[in-house]
Amino acid sequence: MPPESPGQKRGLTAIDGAMALIVILLFVQIWLVVATLETYLAGHYEAVLPATIISGMIFLGSVGLYLFIERMDAEFRRP
Amino acid sequence: MSLLRKPSPEPLWRDEFSVFSGDEKYVSRRQFSKFLVLTSLGMFVGNLWILARSWFSRQPTYPMTAIARAEDIPIGGVKLFQYPTPQDQCILLRTGGDSYVAFSQKCTHLSCAVFYSAASDRFECPCHNGAFSVRDGSPLQGPPRRPLPRIVLARKGDVLFANGIQLEG
Repeated sequence: MPPESPGQKRGLTAIDGAMALIVILLFVQIWLVVATLETYLAGHYEAVLPATIISGMIFLGSVGLYLFIERMDAEFRRP
Repeated sequence: MSLLRKPSPEPLWRDEFSVFSGDEKYVSRRQFSKFLVLTSLGMFVGNLWILARSWFSRQPTYPMTAIARAEDIPIGGVKLFQYPTPQDQCILLRTGGDSYVAFSQKCTHLSCAVFYSAASDRFECPCHNGAFSVRDGSPLQGPPRRPLPRIVLARKGDVLFANGIQLEG
């Protein structure tokens, strides 16, 4: 169903932007896991803890964006 | 049958098989976002797993094992041996009069066996054309990005011993 009011259009744009941001964060996180595994297998353990902390922060950021999407969706569905 | 059926503009088959496959394939933005966040959680759990492995893995101890008589290997010659377990194939190379190097024979890309190429003076992997330096085992070419694990050598008289593994060349 296409958006009807300008408010709904704005809400949809915000939701799409948040989703795009989650996708970008996810790509960064996938790269981070691969790089951490490479350094771990090479015997460098010192990079593992900072990488895990950053990965956790990215996950929390994704959760925040998801909650934002939920809130926007509920707000703009309201008649 | 027609007596029991309520009057409907839809054909009978649509009433009886009222599953709209198009709707089943439809994924809302919220569902897709939830899937992305769950994938993000998976990546985080993967990082936690690596962290747990690095914290709880014990430092391995390696035995001192005789691997060859030094003079049995000519300059530029190689000898294969197993260290630290019979499943771990390694390669010993005599690079000079009194100079020996040994590395794990497993390519760090996909574990194919590397061999010494005298023509190019490097270790080469035949699977994906990877190559490693004979000096420190560092990757020179192809997909491998990590160096070959180096076997620490010790010499007592005429006998060469393997005495540990260094993961970074």
